[in-house]
Amino acid sequence: MRPGQMLSYDYTVAKLFMFSTILFGIVGMLIGVIIAFQMAYPDLNYIAGEYSTFGRLRPLHTNGVVFGFLLSGIFSTWYYIGQRVLKVSMSESPFLMFIGKLHFWLYMILIAAAVVSLWAGVSTAKEYAELEWPLDIGVVLVWVLWGISIFGLIGIRREKTLYISIWYYIATFLGVAMLYLFNNMEVPTRLISGHGSWLHSVSMYAGSNDALVQWWYGHNAVAFIFTVAIIAQIYYFLPKESGQPIFSYKLSLFSFWGLMFIYLWAGGHHLIYTTVPDWMQTMGSIFSVVLILPSWGSAINILLTMKGEWVQLRENPLIKFMILASTFYMFSTLEGPILSIKSVNALAHYTDWIPGHVHDGALGWIGFMIMAAMYHMTPRFFKREIYSKSIMEAQFWIQTTGIVLYFASMWIAGITQGMMWRATDQYGNLLYSFIDTVVVLIPYYWIRAIGGLLYLIGFFMFAYNIYKSMSAPTISAEPKNASPMGGRLNVEVSNV
Amino acid sequence: MDMQTIRELQAYGFFFFTVFLVLILYGYCYHLYKSEKTGRRNYEKYSNLALDDDPSSNVLEKKQE
Repeated sequence: MRPGQMLSYDYTVAKLFMFSTILFGIVGMLIGVIIAFQMAYPDLNYIAGEYSTFGRLRPLHTNGVVFGFLLSGIFSTWYYIGQRVLKVSMSESPFLMFIGKLHFWLYMILIAAAVVSLWAGVSTAKEYAELEWPLDIGVVLVWVLWGISIFGLIGIRREKTLYISIWYYIATFLGVAMLYLFNNMEVPTRLISGHGSWLHSVSMYAGSNDALVQWWYGHNAVAFIFTVAIIAQIYYFLPKESGQPIFSYKLSLFSFWGLMFIYLWAGGHHLIYTTVPDWMQTMGSIFSVVLILPSWGSAINILLTMKGEWVQLRENPLIKFMILASTFYMFSTLEGPILSIKSVNALAHYTDWIPGHVHDGALGWIGFMIMAAMYHMTPRFFKREIYSKSIMEAQFWIQTTGIVLYFASMWIAGITQGMMWRATDQYGNLLYSFIDTVVVLIPYYWIRAIGGLLYLIGFFMFAYNIYKSMSAPTISAEPKNASPMGGRLNVEVSNV
Repeated sequence: MDMQTIRELQAYGFFFFTVFLVLILYGYCYHLYKSEKTGRRNYEKYSNLALDDDPSSNVLEKKQE
């Protein structure tokens, strides 16, 4: 049977996850902006008792953005891309449709429970793995459901070859499954001691081993959620939106295996100058530097896909979002290895340079790619054009300015901080106390908070644009490539 | 065997394992180009999986039923 004769793709689950992407994006980024202002103006810590302190809100921000916004975006694009490149519709399998919906609703319940528990201060105190054991079990269930969706759809596919994006989604699924299970091995304290709360648990690893497993997990969460699943998206959406085939399909395959091979060993760079064995620190450092190769392999492949078609960058804001995303990917994957070099790490570790580095990737690479993906999918979901091209253009520049303010201020703050911490007088005494550095950094914290606020404003513009697109003029047929978009700028172009 | 020796063995083991994986990785690269040169497979055509993904598009390589 030729699929086109009676089928159409079913985007029900993809749409649901798009709404949760927007919802958690707003929540996660709003909390991020609040805590950024708290750094600049500490009295903001006390506006709602224990519930507004930085320590309570920071895990909410990271979990909200990573596991709320980002994962929703990954799931949404999976349920969109998966059907299309495998040439099979979700509507062909009531079972997969049921699993997809169950996946969504269980995920929503889980995230709601995560928000409540983290806000209440229930935490394992392991970064990015703060959820306590009952919620961890829920995470495993949600993940298994996603796995059934992935392999179920692959099982009933018509297209024999799995497109490169599917490879990356599979890697996301398997990578996170392995990392999550090992890092969250924990024992409820009451079970072994007979004391304390049933909710509380302790890690099964002790001391340095716990730190090693934690950062093997922590850094590879960056690898398999922040990187792998976003490459999956750009390898589909950029060629599709621009109508250009990937510059080199072979390079996409080779850099895939390169990334898989190298990324898993890089986590040790979080533990340079700690108690883990020296050779492991060196290994973490070397693998981080080597990691430039597969990262830039993908990024250059993505940029060269636009070869001969750079004019689209001027005409189509969606291409602009994706090309800047890829550029920020190159930028972050150069900055990361530099930070992993032992001598640089001695200066940069524990300073504000690190959150600066994270946000280059999170805001520039991931945020831009996910928003571009949502913009691309919207006309296909609702059979309507995108409401406004001019809002997209304005959003692009407001958010880009926000990112530049963010990372520039954090570079200066981080290097200042590192230099002040290590400065000594001629007798070897430290020149500055800790509070001296804090006072010096306050102007940079203001700049960072304003940068974050600009990005949040841009995100609200994005959410508004998507909302209005649901009632924008309809389109007669699904666009083959460039997404149709309305608004003032388009009218001007058509009048010329 | 004392801990120090075990740690050293771990480090050497890791090094040779890495060399082994590097060889496999570059072997894969060689395999990709060799397959294309001998005409066994054209990898670049798979780019069309993204470009030609309508329900009405032709299936590039049909899955064996």
